[in-house]
Amino acid sequence: MYSKNVKSTCRKKDRATSSLRYSYKRHLKEKIIELLLFLAAFFSVLITFSIVFMLIKESYIFFQHVSVWEFLTDTQWTPLFDNAHYGILPLVSGTVVSSAIALLVALPLGTTIAIYLSEFASYTVRETAKPFLELLGGIPTIVYGYFALLFVTPLLQMIFPKLPGFSLLSAGLVMGIMIIPYVSSMTEDAMRSVPMHLREGSYAMGATRFQTAIKVVMPAAFSGIAAAYILGISRAVGETMVVAIAAGMQPNLTWNPMEQAATITAYIVQVSLGDLPHGSIGYQTIFAAGLTLLLITLTFNILGHLLRKRYRETY
Amino acid sequence: MVKNTIAESEANSTSPGQHKSLVKNLSFYYGGFNALKNIDMVLHEKQVTALIGPSGCGKSTFLRCFNRMHDLYPGNRYEGNIVLYPDNENILSPDIDPIEVRMRISMVFQKPNPFPKSIYENVAYGLRVRGIKQRAMLDEKVEDALRNAALWDEVKDRLNDLAFNLSGGQQQRLCIARALATDPEILLFDEPTSALDPIATASIEELIADLKNKVTILIVTHNMQQAARVSDYTAYMYLGQLIEFDMTDTIFIKPKNKQTEDYITGRFG
Repeated sequence: MYSKNVKSTCRKKDRATSSLRYSYKRHLKEKIIELLLFLAAFFSVLITFSIVFMLIKESYIFFQHVSVWEFLTDTQWTPLFDNAHYGILPLVSGTVVSSAIALLVALPLGTTIAIYLSEFASYTVRETAKPFLELLGGIPTIVYGYFALLFVTPLLQMIFPKLPGFSLLSAGLVMGIMIIPYVSSMTEDAMRSVPMHLREGSYAMGATRFQTAIKVVMPAAFSGIAAAYILGISRAVGETMVVAIAAGMQPNLTWNPMEQAATITAYIVQVSLGDLPHGSIGYQTIFAAGLTLLLITLTFNILGHLLRKRYRETY
Repeated sequence: MVKNTIAESEANSTSPGQHKSLVKNLSFYYGGFNALKNIDMVLHEKQVTALIGPSGCGKSTFLRCFNRMHDLYPGNRYEGNIVLYPDNENILSPDIDPIEVRMRISMVFQKPNPFPKSIYENVAYGLRVRGIKQRAMLDEKVEDALRNAALWDEVKDRLNDLAFNLSGGQQQRLCIARALATDPEILLFDEPTSALDPIATASIEELIADLKNKVTILIVTHNMQQAARVSDYTAYMYLGQLIEFDMTDTIFIKPKNKQTEDYITGRFG
C-alpha cells in the first residue's frame, strides 16, 4: 500500500515536469503548420496581385499609343479596322445595358424566391426546391448562351418583330435567369441566419409573415443581402459566354436593349480567339478592356464592403 | 384539488375584481409530447400573475399559449380553452385569428430583441403593422409608450439612433415600450429580467408594478423573490401541471401543497 502510493506520486511528478517543459518538437510542428497555412493564403494574394500587375503593365503599353482621354471619350471602338478608334464607351454601354437587364430580372426574382423559401415555405418544400435552384446555377453558361440565341430571341421576336437576331435584351434576360440562383441562395442564407427571437418579436406584435419578412428579417439580414446583390452584379458584368453568343460582337454605343452590341467580355473573347499578332496594338487593347472590367467590378466590391461595414449584423 | 384552490383564491381575494381570462382544462402538445396537462387558472384584471416552477415545467409554454406563439411552428396542438373577457371568446379556437389575438395580447421576451431599426421605429412597429400612418398619432403613441416604459427621458434626444446602441436594460424597456404602444389588454413577460443585471432588473420590476394599473400582466420568472415582489397571484407549475394557484402571499407564506412549499423554501428545484 505504502510503496504503491509512493510510486504513483513519483509518476505523477514525472508527468508534471515533462508537460510543463517547453516542447520544441510540438513548437516546430506548430510553426510548420502555420507556415503552410500562410503560404496558402499568400499564394492567392500573390496570384491576384500578379494578374493586376500584368493587366496594368500591358495596359501601360496600350496607353502609350492611345491617350487615356481618347480611350474614355471616343465613341467608336474599331481597333481591328484600318481606321482604328479606341473608345471604350461602346463596350461599356453594351456591358451596362446587358447587366442592367440581367439585374432587373435576377434581383427582384432572386429576392422573392429567397423570401418565400426562408419565411414561407415548409421544410419539405424548401428542401425540394433548393436542389433545383442549385441545378439552375450548375448549367454551363454556354448552354445559357444557346438558350438565349435559339429559344429566347425567337420568342422575343414574336413580341417585337423588329428585334434583330442578336440583342442585348435577349442576352440580358437569360443572364438574369442564370444569376437568380446565386442571388436567391445567398439572400436566403442571410435571411435564415436572422435569429428566431427577432421574428418572434415581430409576430408577437401582431405582424403577418410578410410584414415580418420585409420589415424585420430583411433589414436584419441587410449586409448578407447586399453581399448577394454585389455578387450578382459582379457576375452580370463579368459574364462572357451568354453575351458573346446572344448579344453579338459588334461594338455599338447604344443604350437601347433592342439593338445588338458587344460587351467588354465579348470583345476580349473575340480578340483572344482571333489571330492578331502578340504585341500589336490591336492585341494590346484587350488588356485595357480587361483593366476597365476589373475597375468596374472592384468598384462594386468596395461598395459592397462599405455597405457591409456600415450595416453589419448586431442582433 | 386544483379547482378547489382557484375557488378558494377567489373567495379569499380581498378585491375580487374582474376576470380578464379564464383557462379551462388547457393541454398542449409539442408533436407527441404532452407539455401542459389540464390546466385551470384565471387571470385577474389589472393584476400581476406570476408563473413559477423549475426549468422545463411548462411555464413558458403556458405563457406562449396566450398569444398563440405556438402556431408559428408545425406540429403543435392546443386542447381546452383560454377564454378572453369581455369578449367571452376562446382564443384557442380554430376560427380565431392568432394575429388578432396578438394585436391585443403583447409579449416581452427573455432576451431583449429590438428590431434593427431606430428607437422610434421600434416603438412604432406595432402601430405601423396596424396600418397607422399619421405622424402626429405615431409621435404621441411613441412618446406615451416610452414614458410608460420609463425610457423617455433617456432616449428623447436620440429617437433616430439605432436601438442596438442602447444598453441591455434599456433595450428591454424599449421592448416593453414596443409592447405597450399598441395598448394591449394583457402583457406577457417571459423571464424579462433573466438577461439583465440587478439594477436593470430593479427598474423593470418597478415598471411592472406601475403598469399593473393599466394592463393585466402574466409573468414567467425563475426568480422566486421576483414573483413575491411583483405579483398579486402566483401559480406553481411542475411537469406540465399546475400544482397550486393562489394569491402570492398565500403561496409564499402558507402554501397548501407540500410540493409548492418544498420549491418555495428551496428544498427542491
